[in-house]
Amino acid sequence: MPPSDDFQARLEGQRDYLLRFATLQLRDPDRAEDCVQETLLAALTGEAGFGGRSDLRTWLTGILKHKIVDAIRRSSREPAMAIGPGDDALEFDALFDPRGHWADAPAAWVRPDTELERSQFLAALDICLQRLPAKTARAFMMREHLELETAEICKELGITATNCWVMLYRARMALRLCLEKGWFGEKESPRK
Amino acid sequence: MTLMMSCKEVSRLVSQGLDRRLGFGERVALRMHLAICEGCGNFERQLRILREAVRQLGEAEPPSRSGSQST
Repeated sequence: MPPSDDFQARLEGQRDYLLRFATLQLRDPDRAEDCVQETLLAALTGEAGFGGRSDLRTWLTGILKHKIVDAIRRSSREPAMAIGPGDDALEFDALFDPRGHWADAPAAWVRPDTELERSQFLAALDICLQRLPAKTARAFMMREHLELETAEICKELGITATNCWVMLYRARMALRLCLEKGWFGEKESPRK
Repeated sequence: MTLMMSCKEVSRLVSQGLDRRLGFGERVALRMHLAICEGCGNFERQLRILREAVRQLGEAEPPSRSGSQST
């Protein structure tokens, strides 16, 4: 059965979102574009598989996730990158006092429960992710979104396990700070 | 490994605990610290919320019909 025009238009409507999402994880506009193209093609020929059973964006993101993992595994041209083991120590020194206690203790976050809270939280997270350094964001998304094991991430990025843990730590610290300021901070001090 | 870890060390270990299996000593020291430190406990919960949220990225739009599909 040929895909309907309406379905095709709905797919196109998701292109920008998917592209931004793929770029965040691949940091290479061409490869991201390829992945999105493959995703939309797969979706187009698999309309029957969608069958309206779930949200279109959710369905497409699921396909895209596999395409990105494939792309990561295909490419062996990733240059090895080195990060200084002490970098994060400097970066986060300000967060702790000289004795290693939190200068600003992390707040108790309330898990976003309603659909509205959830989508607002995810939007804030999206903004915070875009602010991460490219390599850090890639490592983080491989681990937390694509759910790859550290060993595989090390291999793909050409870094040691220790460097990988440092990067993930750095990403989480930066994200929680960004979210605490941007999302949870606002909620704690409501302004009228 | 000393039993009294600083919050800084704990934050690093909590993060690593999401990526590798911690050693016995590390787990004991972590649990001891978390039992008495509210800030680090909050930090651990924050990372868990963060992980859940990142897995949900791309699912920001709720299904239009309720009931038929649970998330």
